[in-house]
Amino acid sequence: MSPPLEIHDMTVAYHRKPVLWDIDLMVPEGQLVAIVGPNGAGKSTLIKAVLGLLPIASGKIEFYGKPYSQQRHLVGYVPQRETVDWDFPVSALDVVTMGTYGRLGWFRRPGVKEKSLARECLEQVGMAEYADRQIRQLSGGQQQRVFLARALVQDAQIYFMDEPFAGVDAATEQAIVTLLQELRARGKTVIVVHHELQTVRDYFDFVILLNMRLVAAGPVNEVFTTHNLQTTYGGRLTILDQAAEAVRLSE
Amino acid sequence: MSPLVTVLIGTSLLGCVAGAVGTFAVLRRRALVGDLVAHAALPGICLAFVVAGERQFSALLLGALVSGIFGVALVTFICRWSRTKEDAAIGIVLSTFFGAGVAMMPVIAKMETGDKAGLTTYLYGQAASMVRQDLLLIGIVAVIALALLALFYKEFKLLGFDPGFAQSQGWPTLWLDLAMMALVALVTVVGLPAVGVVLMAAMLITPAAAARLWTDRLNVMLVAAGVLGAAAGALGTVLSDNRWRQALPFDPLRFGSNNKGLPTGPLIVLAGTAIFLGSLAFAPRRGLIAKVIAQLRLRARVAQDHLLRTLYELSEPALPDRPELAAQAVIDSHAWNSLEAWWLLRWAQRRGWVDHANGRLRLTAIGAQEGARLTRRHRLWELFLIHGANIAADHVDRDADDIEHILPPEVVDRLEVELLRAYPPKQADAVPASPHVIPQPAATAAGAADHG
Repeated sequence: MSPPLEIHDMTVAYHRKPVLWDIDLMVPEGQLVAIVGPNGAGKSTLIKAVLGLLPIASGKIEFYGKPYSQQRHLVGYVPQRETVDWDFPVSALDVVTMGTYGRLGWFRRPGVKEKSLARECLEQVGMAEYADRQIRQLSGGQQQRVFLARALVQDAQIYFMDEPFAGVDAATEQAIVTLLQELRARGKTVIVVHHELQTVRDYFDFVILLNMRLVAAGPVNEVFTTHNLQTTYGGRLTILDQAAEAVRLSE
Repeated sequence: MSPLVTVLIGTSLLGCVAGAVGTFAVLRRRALVGDLVAHAALPGICLAFVVAGERQFSALLLGALVSGIFGVALVTFICRWSRTKEDAAIGIVLSTFFGAGVAMMPVIAKMETGDKAGLTTYLYGQAASMVRQDLLLIGIVAVIALALLALFYKEFKLLGFDPGFAQSQGWPTLWLDLAMMALVALVTVVGLPAVGVVLMAAMLITPAAAARLWTDRLNVMLVAAGVLGAAAGALGTVLSDNRWRQALPFDPLRFGSNNKGLPTGPLIVLAGTAIFLGSLAFAPRRGLIAKVIAQLRLRARVAQDHLLRTLYELSEPALPDRPELAAQAVIDSHAWNSLEAWWLLRWAQRRGWVDHANGRLRLTAIGAQEGARLTRRHRLWELFLIHGANIAADHVDRDADDIEHILPPEVVDRLEVELLRAYPPKQADAVPASPHVIPQPAATAAGAADHG
């Protein structure tokens, strides 16, 4: 069977400046996967490119052997919390219900079934009592959990989460970790952009080390080594950055 | 139907549909697109005037729509192919198109056999000249626009809140955005003859911004924006027409006996602004008055807590006896003015917590109970801050005060459970000893001695 995510030779550019070079990657099924790398390494870009939110300059991306456009129903997405307007006039339940919109398709409104599913998912992240709150009135951690619940409603096979641990309280961090483990137990694959190196070993099975190119990818205990981390965070790769800058300036 | 009623229905309907469509535009942060379309429509109107030869209403509107949409497309193009930001691009295109339109006007006036006035009405609008045909057109556009809003409600909601997520789900966000902008353009163009190029944007933005203050739910906001927009339209129309004004029992803005009437478009816009300001003041929770009341309530509650705790702490050494205390000394220990002190004491008496006679205060039995509850909460907080947060004992009193009044009760309850587990007082309901020295005003100490 094809793996949940396979990337062949993908290059992504912003305004002609390449930010990810020649990525080759295969993510195994049923694992918790961390994407790790310094700021500006292209971690979020990788996720966005894979989900078709950014155009790719070249390469091929497959979900279970097929392009994303045919496999959307298998994919759940948790964007970075700061990307949306939390003053928008919707309740937590409204936001979670948005996870069902893709399945509903054009013009069909969410009904009783969708709402109760959304409530269940809010309960899974410990937010049931906040269902009717306007989202501005939630703490950062609670907002993050609402986003997670929305992804759960999507009932996907493979999840992408962009920095779910950024700026959350300890209770939310624990809730997210528990959720990740539950998802793994149900055979889901979860790919998480992660910032804290200390917790990679505790939380994840598989790690992708990224700094504009793929430094290494594999099981945490094989790949998450001092040597690889030095390559990822060390100065040697700045040459790529300079090359990219040169490409941009010459345009 | 009398012409006045026609105008009134027309402007209300226009205000309603502009408010509803504007809601999504404002939430999608595209509020200025209406302004852009309106200004960019002017050269289209002029050209249509030349091509159609005479003042053909439908031709002019078509010209306006095409030219307005072309302006939007140009902004999109400029943003994508240069590093110009959207607001700058809108400014450039808007003023260029508007300038071109204004420059064309005298040329056309010379070229045609007269009626240049027909064109200048598009600058500021002329609602009073609305006839049944115009009303029909506004009605049709309103029905179409509201139907589309109802149809695309879910899609526009998702697009407005989280376009990235929408795209990842496979929604064609570009086309949805274009559909939304086309709706804005349609409503704008239909409103131009009544409100004018310069002011049309206000019809889209103001009702939506006002409606946002009244509610946290999108469907309610949509309806509220429609209602407020209609109200602005109706109010502006009534105020601008001297016949309506004369029918009123009073002269609302002291217009005097002006027989010419005032321009309707600007008055609609001003009425909308008045509604917005009213919302800003009176809206629940987000309104200024609601905020001031909430602030005063909190201050009152803090003062009440302080009064009761002070009385309890001063009585504490003598408990279970409840000594008489000098009222002035209690008041002086806080920075209360005489009005605040009078109000506080009256409140405490009414609740039956304090006996107050001849300048002497004495806690009642239930007052002492309530005081014990408050003091206990306060000291548990202090203990937590000292041991849990490592704050020096002499700094703690103020911090504890600040927080304990603001926290919602469920949080206080939970924290108290945890605190009790960590530092169990000897009996379950006992008030723990204060971790710092409680200042004793001299007069009160004497009062306590009197009692003893």
